[in-house]
Amino acid sequence: MAATSTFTHARYVLGENPLTVVSFGLFFLLVLLAAFGPWIAPYDPLASDTAIKLMAPSAEHWFGTDHLGRDVLSRVIVATRLDLMIALSAVALAFFGGSVLGSLAGYYGGWTDRVIGRVIDTVMAFPLFVLAMGIVAVLGNSVENIVYATAVINLPFYARVARAEIGVRRDSGFAAAAKVAGNGNIGVLARHLYPNILPAMMVQLSLNMGWAILNAAGLSFIGLGVRPPTPEWGIMVAEGAQFIVSGEWWLAVFPGVSLMLAVFCFNMMGDGLRDLIDPRRRT
Amino acid sequence: MAGLATIAKRLLEALPTLFGVILVTFVLTRALPGDPAVYYAGPAADAESIAQVRHAMGLDRSLPVQFASYVKGLAAGDWGVSLSTGRDVTEELGRRLPASLELTLLGLLIAIVVAIPLGVLAATRPNSLVDHICRIIVTTGVSMPVFFTGLLLVYVFYYQLGWAPAPLGRLDFMYIAPDRVTGLYLVDSLIAGDFEVFRASLAHIFLPALTLGIFALAPIARMTRAAMLDVLSSDYIRTARASGLAMRTVLFTYALRNALLSVLTTLGMVFSFLLGANVLVEKVFSWPGIGSFAIDALVASDYAAVQGFVLAMALLFVTLNLTIDLLYAVIDPRIRAAN
Repeated sequence: MAATSTFTHARYVLGENPLTVVSFGLFFLLVLLAAFGPWIAPYDPLASDTAIKLMAPSAEHWFGTDHLGRDVLSRVIVATRLDLMIALSAVALAFFGGSVLGSLAGYYGGWTDRVIGRVIDTVMAFPLFVLAMGIVAVLGNSVENIVYATAVINLPFYARVARAEIGVRRDSGFAAAAKVAGNGNIGVLARHLYPNILPAMMVQLSLNMGWAILNAAGLSFIGLGVRPPTPEWGIMVAEGAQFIVSGEWWLAVFPGVSLMLAVFCFNMMGDGLRDLIDPRRRT
Repeated sequence: MAGLATIAKRLLEALPTLFGVILVTFVLTRALPGDPAVYYAGPAADAESIAQVRHAMGLDRSLPVQFASYVKGLAAGDWGVSLSTGRDVTEELGRRLPASLELTLLGLLIAIVVAIPLGVLAATRPNSLVDHICRIIVTTGVSMPVFFTGLLLVYVFYYQLGWAPAPLGRLDFMYIAPDRVTGLYLVDSLIAGDFEVFRASLAHIFLPALTLGIFALAPIARMTRAAMLDVLSSDYIRTARASGLAMRTVLFTYALRNALLSVLTTLGMVFSFLLGANVLVEKVFSWPGIGSFAIDALVASDYAAVQGFVLAMALLFVTLNLTIDLLYAVIDPRIRAAN
């Protein structure tokens, strides 16, 4: 019975917002491209042939070719994995770090809360993209450091959600019962409180993925992290930028649209998940 | 004088944040890849000259002492020298800051002018077609990478239609920049009474500002909608409507004014987005602001310049947040009364 009602509820909420369904479809497409991109791509994304450079989209090259004669469609497809991997790794790190810091702050309160809160506030006192630029500048220009920088600027959001959600459950009956049953503080926190805040954290995760993709792509657009000739959406838009003013739009537009669709997909999914989990905050 | 007390309290609250920001930039300064002394001594240096540089830079002293002298230097305006231009970082940033500010403020203005009516429209007809369309517009806006939005606008309005000038800076070379009063070309040209330059700089700034505006639409429109929905379901609105006030009066005099207070609090987040997006937009439009300066510095490994930029942006952001807080306290009579 419970399963049926959950399903009915899901269908009701999704029916009210068909865009969520579209976004789930897009998500599966992205995962498919990320997993099997190299086999799906019609050409070698790195093979250049100056004889066919800057060709407009055609039957052979659906998305046209770039200034080195590389197939734009193949590059866009193969780039999916790298773009999603960077964002996913960054978000996973932020999720983990934010969970730990936020949970500790919410559970212990007092000085722990104050110190952690101060650290989070300090991160948030920077315009976040600018802080990411600074971190990459200091750590060195590599893909790995793009991931760390993106993780740092995403961490505060998870920490805040975790702190608030743990805070409201800290004094609840089931937490007290777990304590009486002989669990230590960490045990109560990890096994009894934390699983309850996972839904809220998952919503935050989905809302954040889009933002993480945008930030990582922004960093590679200004020349940080990913180096040519590696196919990556941000750097492909950067390479195509100089050809926009002379009319060769396909170099920048296709990777740009892919980036946009990916972000759009995660934003919509985040909204949909929130509607499913928390009807009060339905937008 | 409750107002003054409120202001003093907010200013004091900003101090720890300021301290944190400076501490972070200090750590970033000291965490240069490799040994900063080796870096600044140059590639031809031997052990002795490296030690000399280390001593000259104060790197052989304890960290708290180094921090104190770092803060003292910052306060005295010593933000280091840009390696690529050979000039003081403060001078470089100061010269370029007005260009960035002008762009960011105009972008914010565009966003506010579009987003607030959109939010109100969506809130008055929740779950209608209008609401869904607003939602799609807004979500698309925030899903577009700013650099991509900028390029699309350039393609359509410069290449295809020819309405906009080439995306190359603030003014064409045939115009002379107006005399500097505020550093904002739009304002300075009006002060000088030179409408031709005003028109030219407006033509140049419009697309980059629009790009920023589209990006900032979403948070403002969403907040307006949520705040309006909240306010519209309150008792005093029901009373106002029951008393027979015109819908327009209820909506704009009663509801919107209260909803705007909540919108004001999200402006901090909006500024965080805008200042970051600004860097990317400046690159697309070759805008001579502090963002494109920082990108050049990043590429050239000009660390003092990058750190100066990060610090300047953070200080700007802290100041903006403080201003928003103060504005909030001034506008909201409840906060004034509470003090």
